[in-house]
Amino acid sequence: MSSKIISEIRRDYIVNQLKEGKRTDGRGLKDVREIKYEINLIETADGSAKVSYGDTTVIAGIKIMPGTPFADKPESGVLTTGAELIPLAHSSFESGPPGEDAIELARVVDRGIRESGMIDVDKLCITPGQEVWMCYVDIYVTDYDGNLFDACNLAAVLAIRNAVIPGKRYDKGDDVPLPVTCTPVSVTFAKIGNDLIVDPNFDEENIASARLTVTTDDNGNFRAMQKGGQGSISLDELSACLDMSVETGVEIRKIIE
Amino acid sequence: MSKEMVLVDDKGKRIDGRTSEESREIKIEAGVLKNADGSAYVEIGKNKVLAAVYGPRECHPRHLQNPTKAIVQCKYNMQAYSVDDRKRPGTDRRSIEISKIVSEALENVVLTGLYPRASIDVYIEILQANAGTRCAGLTAASVALADAGIPMKDIVASMAAGKADGHVLLDLNKEEDNFGEADVPMAIVPSTGEIVLLQMDGNMTREEFDRAIELGVGGCKKIYELQKDALKRRYSAEEAEEEDDSDEQ
Amino acid sequence: MSDISKRSPREVVVPGDVLDDGNMRAGENTYLLNGEIRAGILGVKRVRQNTVSVIPLGGRYMPETKDTVIGVIEDVGSSIWMVDIGAPYPAPLHVSEVPWKVAFGDTSKYLSVGDVVMLKILMVDESNKISMTMKDAGLRKLEGGRIVKISHTKVSRVIGKSGSMIQMIKNITDCRIFIGQNGTIWIDGEGVNADAAVEAIKMIDEETVKANLTERVKEFLENTIPQVEDDKEEGDE
Repeated sequence: MSSKIISEIRRDYIVNQLKEGKRTDGRGLKDVREIKYEINLIETADGSAKVSYGDTTVIAGIKIMPGTPFADKPESGVLTTGAELIPLAHSSFESGPPGEDAIELARVVDRGIRESGMIDVDKLCITPGQEVWMCYVDIYVTDYDGNLFDACNLAAVLAIRNAVIPGKRYDKGDDVPLPVTCTPVSVTFAKIGNDLIVDPNFDEENIASARLTVTTDDNGNFRAMQKGGQGSISLDELSACLDMSVETGVEIRKIIE
Repeated sequence: MSKEMVLVDDKGKRIDGRTSEESREIKIEAGVLKNADGSAYVEIGKNKVLAAVYGPRECHPRHLQNPTKAIVQCKYNMQAYSVDDRKRPGTDRRSIEISKIVSEALENVVLTGLYPRASIDVYIEILQANAGTRCAGLTAASVALADAGIPMKDIVASMAAGKADGHVLLDLNKEEDNFGEADVPMAIVPSTGEIVLLQMDGNMTREEFDRAIELGVGGCKKIYELQKDALKRRYSAEEAEEEDDSDEQ
Repeated sequence: MSDISKRSPREVVVPGDVLDDGNMRAGENTYLLNGEIRAGILGVKRVRQNTVSVIPLGGRYMPETKDTVIGVIEDVGSSIWMVDIGAPYPAPLHVSEVPWKVAFGDTSKYLSVGDVVMLKILMVDESNKISMTMKDAGLRKLEGGRIVKISHTKVSRVIGKSGSMIQMIKNITDCRIFIGQNGTIWIDGEGVNADAAVEAIKMIDEETVKANLTERVKEFLENTIPQVEDDKEEGDE
């Protein structure tokens, strides 16, 4: 990961603002930026969505096609998630195969979707043991201003929620909506000094000592979590994050209703 | 899909006879390799893990050098025969993710500021896998770092908790991990109690998750004692002697 | 001669161990957490006057000013040689710090990759940049003989109390022996004697039990080297 160096002056300013309970873009510590989204903007994809959290923008597309199931799950569809930090999104992103940041990002988003059972994979069987519907979710970051986890998760979720299985194209029946069961929502926290802030922007994310992403389902149960960064989190801080992730999850679900 | 196997019976006993709060049998040895600056071998249940440390040494690749401190580069690798279905040699996305989060956990305790521009290279090899390999790997890596004489604040201790058959359990074995409902690997810095590694996947209520944390932290503290003991055993025999051999150079 | 005083075992401590609850002063390789002094490295706890510190048991050699070291040339530039002294950092030797007048680009005529040199550390700055010199008594390119690499933490053991151990080895093997602080040792000798000296030094490095070590090394050497008749020469190094 190439370093993203924040100047001392900027760092001090952010930290001092936090001491007064303020953030440099005017938000409160628990406030998420404005979320904007657009669905089905890519016709060649079977489902797509563009999501922005403030100035962070990502696009997710899902392609569905017949394929061979895994040997141990002969009647289940298959989900694969990938993410790329493409160079046009930020000067620190390099071209080439996904590095550890992109890989971690994809795997965390994948876990939230997979563990919540969002895609009803049992309904994706074409011929048991031979053919099932494969779902490829690919996410591209087009503008990076912090908190890729939540933006990518939401984009993937919206793409999936609006996806259509292209039965006609492959001569496997009609075009039907991809069967979906729930809406997993992730909320990411950054720890700066002793403060926990929700939905960090670029500067905040890069001076933070630690990061925690928590994914909940519609019932407020936990489906995935990932702690990142070289800093540590106390048990009390963890508890506060869990509380906030449920609250914020509810708010975000209302926005994308 | 229905599972035929019962992972936890109605008396709370697990298939390997453990209660929900018991971890598997643990064995830790320090200083097991000749060439590495530090090394450790760990067994947790049927997991067999080897860790080695080289460094501090010149940082390669050079563009990753940090002018103010050393970087900790950890590579986690599963050997081809370590799992039931042979794993193709080479790195995969899962290994890259695990390498990343383990490096981050270790960087929390290593006094990297003492060695600017250098790299501390940590290698974790999974020889035999049976759930919880990243925790076993991190546990071994911490011991290897201390064994290498790297200045650090504390030794990171790691263990996973989870849920199977509706019970919250400490230290899942392979069956519980594959067929259970949730997995929560974690690691703490024992002197402060703070968490430096945490992941979760599955389905848990808040109460279940809190219980998992409670069990996991307890498990980490237990493994910490074994880590310390392994290091002390390695060196104590040597030191049972005269003070100050000679300061004359 | 080693004395086997029956002192209490030195206490091995690991990072994070509490050394004292704050009455003492925090010394080297320790840190304070909530008023307690804790170990910051694997080592032996030492209490001197009112200060508690930890003597490291392992770790790479970190050069200090005035250390004499023995290294191997690993790279040659136009006005500099890079020397491997086993430290975490590359150690450069500049043309201005050798006893010859070296024209730009002629460096490999004087020292080439693989050459063994004895140098002194001139300075180590705050970012751990090392500078070394060959311009001092005894410093030079080393030729012939044998090289042994041991852990730098065992150097004092090889020297022994008041030089007792190293003196004994030199006497019996009749070799000159030069010890680098970085754990690289050069034995000026050939044949069975030099080999025996190498083995003896390796023994000291690897032995985990220190009891009677000097005696055991002496015994090993006497059994390995056919003893010269009565007037043994006093090798004077």
